[in-house]
Amino acid sequence: MNSILQYIPLNYYVALAAILFAIGVMGVLFRRNAIIIFMCIELMLNAVNMLLTAFSTFHGDESGQVMVFFIMAVAAAEVAVGLAILVMIYNNIRTVDIDELNKLKG
Amino acid sequence: MNPSLPFFVLATLSVFSALMVVLSRKPVHSVLYLIFCFFTIGGHYLLLNAQFLFAVHIIVYAGAIMVLFLFTLMFINMNKELEPHKTNLLKGAATVAAGCLLLVMVGVTKGAESLAANSNRTDVGTVANLGKALYGQYLLPFELISILLLAAMVGAVLLGKKSVE
Repeated sequence: MNSILQYIPLNYYVALAAILFAIGVMGVLFRRNAIIIFMCIELMLNAVNMLLTAFSTFHGDESGQVMVFFIMAVAAAEVAVGLAILVMIYNNIRTVDIDELNKLKG
Repeated sequence: MNPSLPFFVLATLSVFSALMVVLSRKPVHSVLYLIFCFFTIGGHYLLLNAQFLFAVHIIVYAGAIMVLFLFTLMFINMNKELEPHKTNLLKGAATVAAGCLLLVMVGVTKGAESLAANSNRTDVGTVANLGKALYGQYLLPFELISILLLAAMVGAVLLGKKSVE
């Protein structure tokens, strides 16, 4: 399994993570459904996680992978609370369209 | 066989499924493509020799988070195409903005010299090594995570109640 590290330079992982992150940003700007936007945020988190793992493996240091583990735990907590909020919003105003959620606008 | 072939196959699949998450019209299709995307990212973890993270990633993301998304989507019942889409102008603007961001990120890292693996250790991601790190150096954050998860659970239950008097 060591072979893959010799054949794939770290730059490829950086480029792949950048592409996935950019697609996540595009999704956040592209869609109006709040749940899809939430999913695109998960996509961005995963791109960063993958890059952190790649750096950790290339440097032979496990701290990076421990940090990825913590990020996953925080993401799980975030998703639980965020989806509860979305369900609550849907119960109250019957939509999760972000263009309708403009009550905070002055 | 080209030894870097698995990486390129997995990378193509992840980028394709990530694009389909954004572009597919039905929300349920988006969720299914995202699950597939997470599996390909899990494949990248395996390629990077991070078995523990691979297991945690599959269990937490594909097993818990995406099921939660699917469940919420079914609960809200949005399989119909009732979702209004943004105008083509806004969609084009979003694509251009994201493309500019990608251009900046790639441009910044382009000049960097390629870093080869500067360590001969290949057992960094094994369960034994990460377990030693988690229960040794990172014991306090590891315990604090449990409090965070408990707080998130209490918050979710409180938010999900019928109405707060």
